[in-house]
Amino acid sequence: MNLFGKWRGHSASRPGSGQNARATIGAPPRWSMPGLGLFKGLVVTARNMMQSYYRKDRMTTVQYPEERVTISPNFRNFPFLCYDGDDPVAGLRCTACSICEKECPPQCIYIVLDRDENGKSLKRPKLFDIDISVCMNCGICAEVCPFDSIYMDGQYEMSTTDRFGGLLLGLDRLAKSADYHLKLRPLEASEVAARRKAEEAKKLAAQAAKEAKAKTDKEAKAKAAAETQTAATGKGETA
Amino acid sequence: MSLLAMSTAESSLWSPEWLPRLPQRLVEMLLRNCHAPDWLVTLAGYAVAAGTVVAVFLTAFALLSLIERKTLARIQNRLGPNRAGWFGILQPVADGIKMLTKEDIVPAKAEWFLHLMAPILIVVPSMLALGVIPYGREWVPVSLDLGLLFFFAVGTLTEVAVFMAGWASGSKFPMLGAMRAISQMVSYELPLIISALGVIMVTGSLSLPAIVEHQGTYHLGFIPAWNVFTPWGLTATLVFFIASIAEANRCPFDLPEGESEIVAGHMTEYSGFKYALFFMGEYLGLFAISGLFITLFLGGWQAPLPGLTFVPSWLWFFAKLVAVIFTHLWIRGTFPRVRMDQLMRFAWLCMIPMALLTIPAAGIWVFTGGGLKGWLVIMPLLLIPWLILTTIHNRRLAPQTRTYTFADS
Repeated sequence: MNLFGKWRGHSASRPGSGQNARATIGAPPRWSMPGLGLFKGLVVTARNMMQSYYRKDRMTTVQYPEERVTISPNFRNFPFLCYDGDDPVAGLRCTACSICEKECPPQCIYIVLDRDENGKSLKRPKLFDIDISVCMNCGICAEVCPFDSIYMDGQYEMSTTDRFGGLLLGLDRLAKSADYHLKLRPLEASEVAARRKAEEAKKLAAQAAKEAKAKTDKEAKAKAAAETQTAATGKGETA
Repeated sequence: MSLLAMSTAESSLWSPEWLPRLPQRLVEMLLRNCHAPDWLVTLAGYAVAAGTVVAVFLTAFALLSLIERKTLARIQNRLGPNRAGWFGILQPVADGIKMLTKEDIVPAKAEWFLHLMAPILIVVPSMLALGVIPYGREWVPVSLDLGLLFFFAVGTLTEVAVFMAGWASGSKFPMLGAMRAISQMVSYELPLIISALGVIMVTGSLSLPAIVEHQGTYHLGFIPAWNVFTPWGLTATLVFFIASIAEANRCPFDLPEGESEIVAGHMTEYSGFKYALFFMGEYLGLFAISGLFITLFLGGWQAPLPGLTFVPSWLWFFAKLVAVIFTHLWIRGTFPRVRMDQLMRFAWLCMIPMALLTIPAAGIWVFTGGGLKGWLVIMPLLLIPWLILTTIHNRRLAPQTRTYTFADS
């Protein structure tokens, strides 16, 4: 009669259970000098320590406030507004179309359109605020902008002692020149610049063509008018 | 007796050998000139001698706390503290100010008296132990005939303090750390003391200065007769060194304060100055056990070569101390923490048998009169058991399957 069968039953099937001794597994390890592994470890750390004094590639520490690593052009955090030329107000590419404001998932952009006294749009923002304490650095604003105006910045030292004002970026802190963009992300910025130049040229050409067409139209109109006039006078004369 | 007469009577007073005892001699001289009673002169002399030791080793503690961080950093290819002062030399000062200005928290469930006593009790035995070590030919703060016994007696007290800290904190992590400390103490105190027995047998004395004197000769004119250069002594040195790492609660045997498992072990509920005292006690204990290690096996203050005796003997002691402490740092930077069962297995399977074997080996060494004959007789006696023990120890064990007899049914 197995009094403890209930408790022993399922454990008996497991190898090594039932007795306290622990089974050895696998093939016995190849014999090596006991303590040799410890000695090898000591040699490794000693080499680490010695070489840290004369090998530059071992010491990867960058002592931050004094030295910095160059950030990758792919690093993006908070948005900024790009302007052409030297004047951050006149050269601002932003037309206050509010697409970014509507697309922003955490709703951290606030734009007020500038208007003249007649209420006509001046196609520039009177107010452009980004609350970077709310911003989640997703970069959707930069993707949707059709005017090449808003881009993600590479600035990472954003800490401030002013929780509210210091983290609410207005136009004065958001507007950065196209040169800055070129320095920050040369590839993308030069591409954008080339495209904008081509567009500008195209626009100018179109305008010139339009003007030329208008001129020819005008001339044709005038000619036609003159013709009708002469025709009229000639009719009168005949009449 | 005038001051001049005394200084001429003891011409060696101004030699570099006497330099560490200079404050003591000066105070004694001064008191004698003031016709102070003898007991006062003796008492003041001991007080100044103790003060010298404490001052030296507290400075060394401050320096070590920086050097340890620097060394570990270099081993891990980092720079280490380099902000406070030139190459971080003021880091210990900054740490001290930080520790002193922190709030001293006593948990509500703590037994406040034991909680207060534990950090004090961990520092005091270490300092007492430092008092009996012969630092130089003329610099033995307290020369006891039973110096070794005294050292082990007070050295064991630190573990009591660790357990006290764990118990009095009234919290689970300190308790776990304290229990680990006790089991570690039981396991490693044995090989530590047993491996020192061979030295006592060969020297025939428990007095630490006598042990150092005994290692003062040179074989063949250049091999120092330190205990480490004998077959039994080499084994005892290794066993003692490994056990001393465990006794000092240092990596890889720092289970009582395993950060990754039990926060900080017995120090979890301590903050501010009490926490700093724990650190101080640990480092002073490290100095003490390293000092004893040097005294027992590395020839104490003896010069490594006969031609180098012109260097003051206490400088040799401190040079050896620096080397031993550096080895401790090196080991800390190399090995990961062992598991509790590995610790126990290693202690009982390898350390204690090997420590026990050094006793007959030392006896044979004395009776064969040492030399080549001694080596030939003793090496098999120690090597063969060592190979057998390590082979048994290095078996690859299957993970133990645990059967939950009641929970499953």
